Amino acid sequence: MALDSNTVKKIAFLARIKVPDSDLGGLANELNNIIGWVEQLGEVNTEGVEPMTSVAEMSLYKRADEVTDGAYPERVLANAPEPEQGFYAVPKVVE
Amino acid sequence: MAALTDLTLAEAAAGLAAGDFTSVELTEASLAAMEAGRALNAFITETPELARARAAESDARRGRGAARGPLDGSPVAIKDLFCTEGVLTTAGSHILDGFTPTYESTVSQNLRDAGAVMIGKTNLDEFAMGSSNATSYYGPVINPWRAEDGKDRVPGGSSGGSASSVAARICFGATGTDTGGSIRQPGSFCGIVGMKPTYGRCSRWGIVAFASSLDQAGPMTRTVRDSALLLQGMAGHDPKDSTSTPVELPDFAAAISGDIRGMKIGIPKEYRLDGMPEEIETLWRQGVAWMEAAGAETREVSLPHTKYALPTYYIIAPAEASSNLARYDGVRYGLRVPGDSLDEMYENTRGAGFGAEVRRRVLIGTYVLSAGYYDAYYIKAQRVRSLIARDFDRAFEEVDALLTPTAPSPAFALGEKMDDPIAMYLNDVFTVPSSLAGLPAISVPAGLSREGLPLGLQIITPAFDEERVFRVGEVLETASSFDTRPRGA
Repeated sequence: MALDSNTVKKIAFLARIKVPDSDLGGLANELNNIIGWVEQLGEVNTEGVEPMTSVAEMSLYKRADEVTDGAYPERVLANAPEPEQGFYAVPKVVE
Repeated sequence: MAALTDLTLAEAAAGLAAGDFTSVELTEASLAAMEAGRALNAFITETPELARARAAESDARRGRGAARGPLDGSPVAIKDLFCTEGVLTTAGSHILDGFTPTYESTVSQNLRDAGAVMIGKTNLDEFAMGSSNATSYYGPVINPWRAEDGKDRVPGGSSGGSASSVAARICFGATGTDTGGSIRQPGSFCGIVGMKPTYGRCSRWGIVAFASSLDQAGPMTRTVRDSALLLQGMAGHDPKDSTSTPVELPDFAAAISGDIRGMKIGIPKEYRLDGMPEEIETLWRQGVAWMEAAGAETREVSLPHTKYALPTYYIIAPAEASSNLARYDGVRYGLRVPGDSLDEMYENTRGAGFGAEVRRRVLIGTYVLSAGYYDAYYIKAQRVRSLIARDFDRAFEEVDALLTPTAPSPAFALGEKMDDPIAMYLNDVFTVPSSLAGLPAISVPAGLSREGLPLGLQIITPAFDEERVFRVGEVLETASSFDTRPRGA
């Protein structure tokens, strides 16, 4: 299936990346080339093959469910572009 | 006596232990080399004051008889993908402008605890996405090797700054990260040793994430022994990373015995590509001859799904990246570009903050994960990934290790392949399959191209057999007697 400029615009919104309209056509071409290239996987017979979801065959390590870290809001906020009274400030969300 | 910066990491450790020189002297030599090598653009941030302070601490420890092992006092560089406490961490991206972590990644903390002296943060492709170091917001890195045509060459990527600084003898070793070849390919391009451990050997905690099921930290050094020493300092189980494997570390350097007699080395026939340059083929044959001369037995093996590894990778890695990079939203750290609404602020920030290659991959990832395509692309790729891993399992029923080229070409000229993403992706054709299978692998410099540029050979072994990687790698290194000093500079 070919991606057109509208599809790219839709994906860009899903990814929350502003793409200038002038870039849409070029990007559609690039993405089409790449998607067309990866579609060769269609020729591989994967019937009955489980998807690989983990590299190492191991069960995930579990730790006790207790608080081991935290209580330093100033460190958490140290890199915030707009910290405000112990919070991250963002544009108004609720009218 | 040769310049201090010409020593290997192992030699530097021995000299420090013998009192031939101090960590402060070694560190000053590295800092001077870093300054002299600024034209390479290998560093995004230099940390000379921190380095001097840590070197003085190392010397004081040693004076008290409390030196911490072979890394104590040796200058190293850290790829700018590892979060470092109080030191700018950029991932090569505009979107992390001014980000100064209040914590240290586990791998760089392990090196700190071992006494290694960080001299700076090395340049890389933006978010480790690239094979040339040309996608960095901080500009391209130059390979210290020069070809006969005199044109600047790329160092490879994404760990290009680390590779360039180790090759140029600015530091004794550097950390890299490898998702599809980002340690081994630049190792090959810069004539140094690049090693990717088994997935799970090194903690990923505090490393800026690209593709979480593939990312793995590893050492970049000038010798195989140094590689083993540096990995020893980086690796180990970390409760903060649930994918870090809870197993004891072997003594990696002790595995280097020079003896591979009777070992079975597989030569995967599918790695013989159409149109592969003759010089790569020739070097590979030479590698086979070296293995046999050392008493190993070589035989052809088949990894039938090899040709599907790159397309599989270019679904899985962008999918995981699109999810991982969702965190860059202008709210908690880094760049913020204002907008009238929250969504607009996200879009403006991410539109301005991501470079072309990162944007391309996030969009591909978003597309292949979007409703209606998830099964056709992502699940399909995960199934093929199982087949690729199974190929290796079967091959390792017959042989102990695999020998392949590291990259399909020597370092190319700066600016080449930039307008053709797929041609760029093909750089990783020999490194991506083992990444998908999570296996350990090493690139050892083994020869020169016709134009006088380094070429590496790769050794791959079963999971958690880094010891064999180092053992075979060192035999290859000895046989090739490659001179790592960059020529033509």
